[in-house]
Amino acid sequence: MKYIDDIKVQKRMNSRVLKNDIVKQLFLAATLFGLVVLAVLLIRVITEGAAWIDWNFLTGKLSTAAERAGIMGAILGTSWLMLIVVPVTLFIGVGTAIYLELYAKKGKFQSFIATNISNLAGVPSIVYGLLGLTIFVRAMDFGNVVMAGGLTLSLLVLPIVIVAAQEAIRAVPQHLSEASYGMGATKWQTVKNIVLPAALPGILTGSILALSRAIGETAPLTVLGIPALLIPFPEGLFDTFTALPMQIYYWTLDSSLVEEYAYLAAATIIVLLVLLFLLNSIAIFIRNKFQQRY
Amino acid sequence: MNKKNAVNVREMIAEKKKKRNFSNLTEKMIPTILIIIASISILTTVGIIYTLLAESIEFFRRVPIWEFFTGTVLKPLSQTPEFGVLPLIMGTVISSIIAMLVAGPIGLMSAIYLSEYASDKVRRTIKPLLEILAGIPTIVYGFFAFTFVTPLIRSVFPEVGATNILSPGIVMGVMIIPMIASLSEDAMNSVPNAMREGALALGATKLETTFRVVIPAALSGIISSFVLGISRAIGETMIVTIASGSSKNFTFDITQSMQTMTAYIVEVSGGDAPAGSTIYYSLYAVALTLFVFTLIMNLLARYISRRFREEY
Repeated sequence: MKYIDDIKVQKRMNSRVLKNDIVKQLFLAATLFGLVVLAVLLIRVITEGAAWIDWNFLTGKLSTAAERAGIMGAILGTSWLMLIVVPVTLFIGVGTAIYLELYAKKGKFQSFIATNISNLAGVPSIVYGLLGLTIFVRAMDFGNVVMAGGLTLSLLVLPIVIVAAQEAIRAVPQHLSEASYGMGATKWQTVKNIVLPAALPGILTGSILALSRAIGETAPLTVLGIPALLIPFPEGLFDTFTALPMQIYYWTLDSSLVEEYAYLAAATIIVLLVLLFLLNSIAIFIRNKFQQRY
Repeated sequence: MNKKNAVNVREMIAEKKKKRNFSNLTEKMIPTILIIIASISILTTVGIIYTLLAESIEFFRRVPIWEFFTGTVLKPLSQTPEFGVLPLIMGTVISSIIAMLVAGPIGLMSAIYLSEYASDKVRRTIKPLLEILAGIPTIVYGFFAFTFVTPLIRSVFPEVGATNILSPGIVMGVMIIPMIASLSEDAMNSVPNAMREGALALGATKLETTFRVVIPAALSGIISSFVLGISRAIGETMIVTIASGSSKNFTFDITQSMQTMTAYIVEVSGGDAPAGSTIYYSLYAVALTLFVFTLIMNLLARYISRRFREEY
């Protein structure tokens, strides 16, 4: 005697399997949607901007005449910003991570700082802009100079660096530092000579990723009042400046007045994306080349 | 020779002691220095809250607080200025809803595909590509919304304005897709395989397993990824600033220009606000509102993922 009616089962299964197959294609399509938009975006930017990139554009001064406009000032401004963001975030980020991972007693204060850092990571970047405007530009009276912009961006990406450094330090195996203690080294000697060198690739990777976040940020800079049309190049930390994303912002806004500005914006976007691509490649290179697995 | 050695040893001991004292001093100093460094992040929080509160209080001295939160008219620059924040909240909420209508379903479907259907090889190709999408600066998305998506929408629906809230909303959604996809996928990946195998052994298809077993088990992570996505959309600035214009309309019409809280801050701080004026202080009141919105979302996300996590 047969307990299962094959035909009935077949009938019910077929529709369920079919549904599964169809929905699977739908899921695939959804996944590809993001990638298609990415491709359209890149193609759009490249077809609009690539023709405008030449030596004059890269090294020239800013100009209202589209054919003569160059972005050297913005490139220099962004470089000056990096010059502040890298040391400041590395120093504070690594210091905080060492404290949280190696020195702080597990308790209320430590978890308070940790919660605080994860909350800071969720604050919108424009609020950091207001903080920078109030403290660095107005209260400390720096004005809208490289220093104010750099410090504001540093505070913005600090949580990223701290978390990356914490993870890198946590990944250093216990037995390395125990060996160091066994040789009679003090705690700081162990941290300085054993833990930090072992954690360095991870710290650098995280710090570069934070840096690439910082140089793409526009919102805080607009709040600080970074100028639109700036002809002289910045030559020091207390000079006014403009940066690549600000240049893109103004050219995009003004593209409704002068059509060529849209192409200039696209060309500047290419420069910015190439810069970000290089930074990320360096980060991946460091991660693959120097990161040791214990 | 011997004599010389003896002297040396004594000197060495003295030297060592000196060094020991010095390194003892460093040992004692280091924790203090580190605490000072670590408290910079606390100072940042205090700084943010203090500046927002202090300047907002000054603002609320000039504009009554209930007028600010119930006013539907925002005319900061007119002869008789009115400071109602509702148009900005409307702009923020509507752009976030549009963004989540795009990012929610597509992000979740991507997560399901990557976690349940894709082979390891496919996953390892697609995930980094999606991460590129997350790494593109928002100003680039703003450019894309303004010069590509808006004209595209207008070519189909000519009645849509040159600046409107629809186009930046959609683009913002695309920007948030990778975030939701990656967080939801993490949540679904942490559902143990034994549960999937149980369902499959009972004769369920992959689709049924996904919706009846995996998603319910990973729900807390998925919802908290949505909430973080909303928080991200609320705080997003450049896309809406560029593509949605600066009309402070209080409307549900998504084809019109609307201003978000973030875009208002950019517009006002970008020039026409002399320090000490009521407009200047309104910046901080709006920023405080924005800060509270995103803080609530972030805390909610953490609460959901902690409180409702299913442990296996």
